[in-house]
Amino acid sequence: MNVDWLLTHSPALLIAIPLLAAFLTPVIDRINKKARDAFVIIVLIIAEIIMIALAWDVFTGSAHIYTMGASNPTATIPSQAAVPIRIVLEVDGMGAFMGLISTTVSLAAGFYSLAFVKKETGQGRYYTLLLLMLVGMLGMEFTGDIFNLFVFLEVLSMASAALIAYRFYYGDAVEGAFKYCVVSSLGALMVLFAIGLLYGQYDLLNMAALAKVIEYTTLDKIALVLLIAAFAMKCGAVPMHMWTPDSYTVAPAPITAMLVAASQASLYALFRICFSLYGLTLDVTTVGIIIIALGLLSMFVGVTMALPQKDIKRLMSYHAVSQTGYMLLGVGVGLYLLGKSDFDTYGMAAMEGGIFHIINHALYKGLLFLTAGAIFYKVKTRNLNEMGGLAHSMKFTTIFFMIGALAIAGIPPFNGFASKLLIYESAYHVSPILSIIAMLVSIITLASFVKVFHSAFMGPPMENAEAGEVPKSMIIGMAILTVGIILFGLFPGWVVSNIVHPAAQALAAQAGYIGSVAGGA
Amino acid sequence: MSEKTNGNSEGLSPIVKVISGMIFPFIMIFSFYVIMHGHLTPGGGFQGGAIGASAIVMLIVAFGARHTEKRAGEEKLSLFESIGGTLFILVAILGFIMAATFMSNFLVGSAIFGEIPPFGSNPGILNTGGILPILNFAVGMKVIGGLSAVVLAMALVSKEDD
Repeated sequence: MNVDWLLTHSPALLIAIPLLAAFLTPVIDRINKKARDAFVIIVLIIAEIIMIALAWDVFTGSAHIYTMGASNPTATIPSQAAVPIRIVLEVDGMGAFMGLISTTVSLAAGFYSLAFVKKETGQGRYYTLLLLMLVGMLGMEFTGDIFNLFVFLEVLSMASAALIAYRFYYGDAVEGAFKYCVVSSLGALMVLFAIGLLYGQYDLLNMAALAKVIEYTTLDKIALVLLIAAFAMKCGAVPMHMWTPDSYTVAPAPITAMLVAASQASLYALFRICFSLYGLTLDVTTVGIIIIALGLLSMFVGVTMALPQKDIKRLMSYHAVSQTGYMLLGVGVGLYLLGKSDFDTYGMAAMEGGIFHIINHALYKGLLFLTAGAIFYKVKTRNLNEMGGLAHSMKFTTIFFMIGALAIAGIPPFNGFASKLLIYESAYHVSPILSIIAMLVSIITLASFVKVFHSAFMGPPMENAEAGEVPKSMIIGMAILTVGIILFGLFPGWVVSNIVHPAAQALAAQAGYIGSVAGGA
Repeated sequence: MSEKTNGNSEGLSPIVKVISGMIFPFIMIFSFYVIMHGHLTPGGGFQGGAIGASAIVMLIVAFGARHTEKRAGEEKLSLFESIGGTLFILVAILGFIMAATFMSNFLVGSAIFGEIPPFGSNPGILNTGGILPILNFAVGMKVIGGLSAVVLAMALVSKEDD
């Protein structure tokens, strides 16, 4: 079992190991609780290490192809057939990039959960579902098969819905979970219907093989609309954002951080469908403008809804909607310019900005939700009017919150600045109004986080709260994300050229995606 | 048997209890049959598992949730489910070791389910399919455990409301 073997099989291992661990967790839970905690953390660390190795190999080399059940992992097309039939995992730059986000956020959430859910019942099932969420996200990001994408979307949705309702004794938790459940089932049905439309026409489920023959017929257009609507709903873009604040607010804080990464997996699916499945066959100008419009709406509506909120997690949830808008704007501009002469000059920069923002957002929004959870852990309320002076007793949480808040507002030297600058500069070439709105939203974001900082951390110490810092494992969870924010903020140039550029390149170059699975385009 | 079934006041009348006790093994055998022939006929792990779970649901209805819980508690059913899931993924992982890739059908050609059926129609040769029958069993275990645990939990909760 050497390194080469591990790298070749890593796409399958990354799905198999958390899945096996998820089923083993309830068994270990019956034997020993401490052993279960250690087991979950070790599995998450192993997943993170394998993911980093795989991502490094993909960024410096080429995409990894893995054919399930074949005699050889790269034998995508069986000898008796002309098209790929088996389930193919295709980890290109973009998939590896998203995988890094999922494993990192899960690791932070895993550490954080150790103390956060210590007093709850049914922890065995909590960790099972947490690992299943990781499986769902990684599966969605790695798969090259559109039906497999649907299966992992369902795995992810069901695990998330159950975890949102984990603290079922709060009535609103059940309500949020039910809302999420309804929205995800609706989205999943739309995806399934779209897959049916594509399969009926082309007899293919492999995305690369489909992309090779897709013609953009009327049925394909209907399928595209269904897919975009479903995935935009799942990533919480306005006007389909109504579930986001409800379910993000009531989920346990580590799960909210995971839900951010889960929404981004849906965002990834949206981009994958537009760029890799349809590519230049679709009307890039119209679809690009639609995605830009979704982005602008999400940005503006999200942030203006966030401003008056008094519930700290609800406020952050609306900011999550708003930040999703930046990603849609950046990548939408890239799609709008795809195939046009300007693509290489600033279309690519816009895509890099949008994609860089995905990882930045996962890090700082995950961190902010974890700090909100830390506040809830200590003062037992999410209402900003009922808290204050927490900086006196919670030094680490205060510092983490400040870093997260400055990063989300796009203040240099933190990572949010780097990606927002890329988006401002490139969107300006399409229309100056895009950049103006983006900057305005950024300023309102800063304003609302100044409000949160002031009402939660400043002022005299609270009288009726238990003093002191949160447990160590929660600090470790927050520190993992903070280190990422600081590193990405200090070396944005290195990150963009070594991590973000390969991801953007993988999305933009459809021929490469098709060629690696289904032969020459 | 009559003493045992009359012992609790929960559930339906003794006639229903005795009859459902008698047909329970037959439903389980049918469930086993559907799972076993999953790779040959319509049905398979999920369908057979749902039949098996329906047998346990019948016991819950006939004998009452509390009585059923004593014999097959939610914990036990969940453990059964976990074992099914673990078996599935272990067989898939064995593909790495026995053959080239994850989920390779490494049993083809071996003595267990390894027979390669002749070309053309046949009445259904059971000893075929490689790892598929084993995966069907794993799914069946998972569905029996999971589905009946869900129904049992709901039955217990609704009892508490009364």
